[in-house]
Amino acid sequence: MTTETQSAQERTQKLEGLGTRRKRVEDVRFTQGKGNYVDDFKLPGMLFGDFVRSPYGHARITSINKAAALALPGVKAVLTAEDLKPLKLHWMPTLAGDVQAVLADEKVLFQGQEVAFVVAEDRYVAADAVDLIEVEFEDLPALVDPSQSMAAAAPVLRDDLQGKTSGAHGPRKHHNHIFTWEVGDAEGTARAISGAQVVATEHIVYQRVHPCPLETCGCVASMDKVNGHLTMWGTFQAPHAVRTVASLISGIPEHKIRIVSPDIGGGFGNKVGVYPGYICSIVASIVLGVPVKWVEDRMENLQATAFARDYHMSGEIAATQEGRITALRCHVLADHGAFDACADPTKYPAGFFSICTGSYDIPVAHVTVEGVYTNKAPGGVAYRCSFRVTEASYFIERMIDVLARKLGMDPAEIRRRNLIRKEQFPYQSALGWEYDSGDYLAALDKALNTVGYAALRDEQRRSREAFARGETRKLMGIGVSFFTEIVGAGPIKNCDILGLGMFDSCEIRVHPTGSVIARLGTISQGQGHATTFAQILASELGIPAEKITVEEGDTDTAPYGLGTYGSRSTPVAGAATAMAGRKIRAKAQMIAAHLLEVHDDDLEWDIDRFRVKGVPELSKTMAELAFAAYNNVPPGMEPGLEAVSYYDPPNMTYPFGAYVCVVDVDVDSGVTEIRRFYALDDCGTRINPMIIEGQVHGGLTEALAIAMGQEMAYDEAGNLTNASLLDFFLPTAVETPSWEIAGRASSAQSCSPVQLAMETAMRLQPGASTRSRL
Amino acid sequence: MAKSHITMTVNGKTIEALVEPRTLLIHFLRDQQNITGPHIGCETSHCGACTVDLDGKSVKSCTMFAVQANGADIRTIEGMANADGTLHALQEGFREMHGLQCGFCTPGMITRAYRLLQENPKPSEAEIRQGISGNLCRCTGYLTIVRAVRAAAEQMSSAREAAE
Repeated sequence: MTTETQSAQERTQKLEGLGTRRKRVEDVRFTQGKGNYVDDFKLPGMLFGDFVRSPYGHARITSINKAAALALPGVKAVLTAEDLKPLKLHWMPTLAGDVQAVLADEKVLFQGQEVAFVVAEDRYVAADAVDLIEVEFEDLPALVDPSQSMAAAAPVLRDDLQGKTSGAHGPRKHHNHIFTWEVGDAEGTARAISGAQVVATEHIVYQRVHPCPLETCGCVASMDKVNGHLTMWGTFQAPHAVRTVASLISGIPEHKIRIVSPDIGGGFGNKVGVYPGYICSIVASIVLGVPVKWVEDRMENLQATAFARDYHMSGEIAATQEGRITALRCHVLADHGAFDACADPTKYPAGFFSICTGSYDIPVAHVTVEGVYTNKAPGGVAYRCSFRVTEASYFIERMIDVLARKLGMDPAEIRRRNLIRKEQFPYQSALGWEYDSGDYLAALDKALNTVGYAALRDEQRRSREAFARGETRKLMGIGVSFFTEIVGAGPIKNCDILGLGMFDSCEIRVHPTGSVIARLGTISQGQGHATTFAQILASELGIPAEKITVEEGDTDTAPYGLGTYGSRSTPVAGAATAMAGRKIRAKAQMIAAHLLEVHDDDLEWDIDRFRVKGVPELSKTMAELAFAAYNNVPPGMEPGLEAVSYYDPPNMTYPFGAYVCVVDVDVDSGVTEIRRFYALDDCGTRINPMIIEGQVHGGLTEALAIAMGQEMAYDEAGNLTNASLLDFFLPTAVETPSWEIAGRASSAQSCSPVQLAMETAMRLQPGASTRSRL
Repeated sequence: MAKSHITMTVNGKTIEALVEPRTLLIHFLRDQQNITGPHIGCETSHCGACTVDLDGKSVKSCTMFAVQANGADIRTIEGMANADGTLHALQEGFREMHGLQCGFCTPGMITRAYRLLQENPKPSEAEIRQGISGNLCRCTGYLTIVRAVRAAAEQMSSAREAAE
């Protein structure tokens, strides 16, 4: 056999398995404009849906007149809450255990809220009809500042919750209160803080931002009235969860619903939720019997589909004079907007914010998070990170910097003194997490050495002296940060969404000729799963990655999975893929033993084949075993070579990293140049280093945007004043620096360290602020 | 609404059609001609996902009416491959350098980079960054896109030298 003559190295290379910088299979279609995104779908008889939206932040609807719109040629239907009421579809459950109006029911609660849904022959006629619908509103006082949500005189936002003293996450103490979530040792923390040598405090506002993927949200719903099947294509980061929710809402049995996520043009958390556009499209398709497409425009995307952050955090950090941290306390006011539609695991209404003790050995800590309603859009998603981890990471790193300044210590040195030591792993954090592994000091030192930290501080000192002498108008900033993420949600024992455990799955079929299809419950939105999951299987099965097709996002074919968001797909679905691959290999081993007439214990695995121990010339390749699986299996064994695995991870996983940023700021013009940005990430095993680097670059760039002023700017009346790409800041290639990254980078990244590094670099007047705002 | 008769060349093929005067070029291409490579990201000419090459210029087709393109010669991502069916150096470069992730900006980005390299066959990094600053990418952080454009420029330039 020719393969026998190939060296082990050649055979390994041919697989393009784990660790290979394999070129992406997706790119062949994307670079030719042959991607298939939801707005590319065109079905016979398809109609277009469009929304009439609220121009007000808070108002009562006094009348809706749709006569003129209905009279317009080409308009097929106009739906309002009144039309949905008989079907009980005017409200829908959210992923956070609240309800959300599908179409505004007597009141609107945020600007851009869906009021009426028009269905017409094409998108132009639909837009004309939207203009013809007359809605009269009676303006109500808007509640925009979350710190006023629970004031005694605060307006009642949610008429539907009047008198309800408890919600999905426990007691409610005010008509605009959603939940209070508490973790840690309140008394012990209070004691440690009151007896501390030093306490630093800071109020930190992490502003509301938007994931703003380049493709907006949309869907095509198609109800086949003959057989009662609903098919829906759309921008769904969690297709199976959408199927279950669609079934629960519509009453259509789940086996008659097929949800398909085609190519998705970026998600970043924005495409996790279930939106009114999806429900209205389903209803319209059921009513009219033809497919209905709805695709939001950019203004609608920014105004109405899920935002991220909006955490208002008050922190106290206690330490000894030597800078050893003794306690941490945090109170968060979380602005959830008008409906609680956060996409967190159900038991974690503030996500994994309790990772906020960060990378440091802090003996005692206490956190409370209070969620409140305001007249803003619902959301609160994991934007380029795990659930609320960026908020937590920014909080602790900012607190450490504030403490360092108070103590007059170098920010790198105070981190070094408090980082969890590698011998402390597995480490139990004060807020209940078990960190798996890490060598934090080595990572920090590597980052500092790479940038020449000591020399940079010298240069900064000289530059400040020159500035003081009036010789320059430029100042230099250096930011250092360290982070620990918590990713891979998650173990069913504590992670579920609406009762659906957050496992993930993979089903594999090995064909007789030794090629493979693997189907997963996840869906790539740019992460390159079709490339990387094939690499995992290539290494597990000894079959070249090019012979493995990975298919995701079709609920009719894929096993049930919880989808792709919150940095979970590789740790959970990737593990399920490896587990399913091992089942295949175990069966192949028994077939090999049968063919070679030895006991299966006498075989050893060798890259792409099983060999008889001690008799290396006796072997069977996986390609041979695949064929044998269909014609010559051991007596009593079922033929075929297929496996499915549902992986329930035993724990979360905890990637970490150290980042350093150097900036030069012209104090007169404000022009800021990022001279250097160094990022060191550790994610454990690297599946495809090229893709990992790309993921880190992208996370850093979104963090740059947030550090440099990306913000959803609401005025006092609840108007979103920057709901277009003219006003909402997304960095171009010109503002974005050349990122330097290193180490074992992760597909999971936390963007907050970037903001922090930049922000602290630019914070040039030590001790000036007790309030941080990016 | 009364329709206007237009003709144009798209990717080397002559197209004749009736369109409403208000129909945007991007909708005409995508909805009427099934040329779905150019995408709609913002409808306000900021993101560049809809970029096409029109009479030798990069044009954001979301802010131009189809009737304004009457008589024009248009090239989209679908017409970017070489005459012999092989991929254009930019298409190869983007794959080689990981210059894309979700792929939504890619057709516009490559189409824009194509015109940039026609105008400036050996751009510096700063010139590439400036040259693609009308095209937004939310995934890559641009560094790999810059590398992809540079790799394509080098490949095209050595191909030209070999031909001379």
